[in-house]
Amino acid sequence: MKILVCISHVPDTTAKISFVDDNKNYNKEGQQFIIGPNEELALTSAIDIKEAKGGTITAITVGQAEVEPTLRKALAMGADDAIRVNAEPKDAYNVATQIAEVVKNDSYDVVITGRESIDYNGGQVGEMIAEILDVPSVSGVNSLELEEGKAVLQREIDGGFEKIECEFPLVLSGQKGIAAEPKIPAMRGIMMARRKPLNVVEPIAFDDATEVLEHSLPEAKAACTMVDAENMTELVRLLHEEAKVI
Amino acid sequence: MSVLVYTENWDGQFKKLSFELVSYAQTIATQLSTEVVALSIGEVSDDELNKLATYGAGKILNINSADYKEFNAQHYSNAIAEASKKENANVIVFANNITTRAVAPRVTVKLEAGYVSGCVAAPESTEPFIVTKKAYSGKAFARVQIKKENKVLSLNQNAFGITENAKPASIEVFDCAIEASRSKVIELKKNTGKMSVLDAEILVSGGRGLKKSENFSLLEEAANIFGATATVACTKPVADLEWRPHSEHVGQTGKVVAPNLYFAVGISGAIQHLAGITSSKVIVSINTDKDAPMFEASDYGVIGDAMEVMPKLNEALKIFKENA
Repeated sequence: MKILVCISHVPDTTAKISFVDDNKNYNKEGQQFIIGPNEELALTSAIDIKEAKGGTITAITVGQAEVEPTLRKALAMGADDAIRVNAEPKDAYNVATQIAEVVKNDSYDVVITGRESIDYNGGQVGEMIAEILDVPSVSGVNSLELEEGKAVLQREIDGGFEKIECEFPLVLSGQKGIAAEPKIPAMRGIMMARRKPLNVVEPIAFDDATEVLEHSLPEAKAACTMVDAENMTELVRLLHEEAKVI
Repeated sequence: MSVLVYTENWDGQFKKLSFELVSYAQTIATQLSTEVVALSIGEVSDDELNKLATYGAGKILNINSADYKEFNAQHYSNAIAEASKKENANVIVFANNITTRAVAPRVTVKLEAGYVSGCVAAPESTEPFIVTKKAYSGKAFARVQIKKENKVLSLNQNAFGITENAKPASIEVFDCAIEASRSKVIELKKNTGKMSVLDAEILVSGGRGLKKSENFSLLEEAANIFGATATVACTKPVADLEWRPHSEHVGQTGKVVAPNLYFAVGISGAIQHLAGITSSKVIVSINTDKDAPMFEASDYGVIGDAMEVMPKLNEALKIFKENA
């Protein structure tokens, strides 16, 4: 079983964010970067499957050299090798095109992404890769089993789930539930990560479909209006007359 | 040229978000001096389809073939792309939800389009085409330009108001042949009855501060007093402890909600939780800890023990509802 896990290199969730270059770009100064939480769970699930049934896991991301520590973390968790496509990940369609190209050159049975990356919350890349490669995709996967030649997965739907069987090759995007919690690399994993292969490939030409022009921060919320715990009638009044939400 | 809006149905019914979506599509159509075409897939009655015309969808394409009874990402995205081509639509509008996640990116590639998901407003301009979306898990906004001729947008729930723009409705049956798929649904489970946290207008949400799962009955009572459009939600730790089902977990890795009113009861306000509620119109926090970060994110706050405050709040709500 050859599995490709696409990870994003994103700022830590608790990061205080700011922008530079006339608010066009994220201010990376002093920031901690991590594997996106959805991909981290998806990768964990792939590693659990590999440990039970065998196979290989390649971790891939699109990014400049600065993202390599994040790829090493995926190797430390248990991926066997890593690929970095040497381009700035500014547009989802471009990222999907680059990854699809890698898949075309070296076929994988299963391509796994996270439900969405926590920087742009697009939730686009996985399904775009599937369409470019003309293979099935399953989104919102919260339970995964891989068997000989096929995946048995559970997909979240409004108020329930669908259980789906899909033959290889396919693309799936994973979310909470696909693994109970992210795998924490052990010391041995971290040591071995340094020696596992990390290959850099050049991107193919592709014109970005979208461009982020500028960022802005939400308006600061007005100070919280405190209401005395003994006076819930007042809270209800405020919600009705002032906030007008009831 | 036209604007195609994919109006998903739930057991043959549209929801409030369907009408928000058509209103949004209509606004864009007006910007482009063109018309809205709605596409519906599934068994939906003409009466229900006609509702879309109230908000601007004069033409409604209806795919009701049995081939589409079961959801399949490839089949649905193919049908949506074919409908777009048939209608010469170069703007395709979706809701930002579970189904869209599965199909919109595929439609985007089929149409070689640019896709912006999580839009919060109509495009600020159409030439160049620039639209604002949420970014950094609700901590920021991004103005994004789509540089392709075809544009795909997904709109956040409760981000765009419903506006009537009634047109005479014309329903056209549309068919699109499917190809064999290597993916099949082998089991389908739906919990009927309870409203999803995604659709609720009022959410009464609890965290670990409630101390035990039984105390959630206080929140359930509040939701019942509010009525059918209110429901209970919870934080990740509460779902992990199995006090509440995972479907109620609101947060970065759970559901991102957009209610008019969000009660955060016994919730400290971790960033991962806040990421799920930034689209709430009004937030009320009830917590014993005056320094809880949740208060900074709230519009109204009550310092107190949830187990003492909730009964009083429920009482005040009952009286309010009786007098309303």
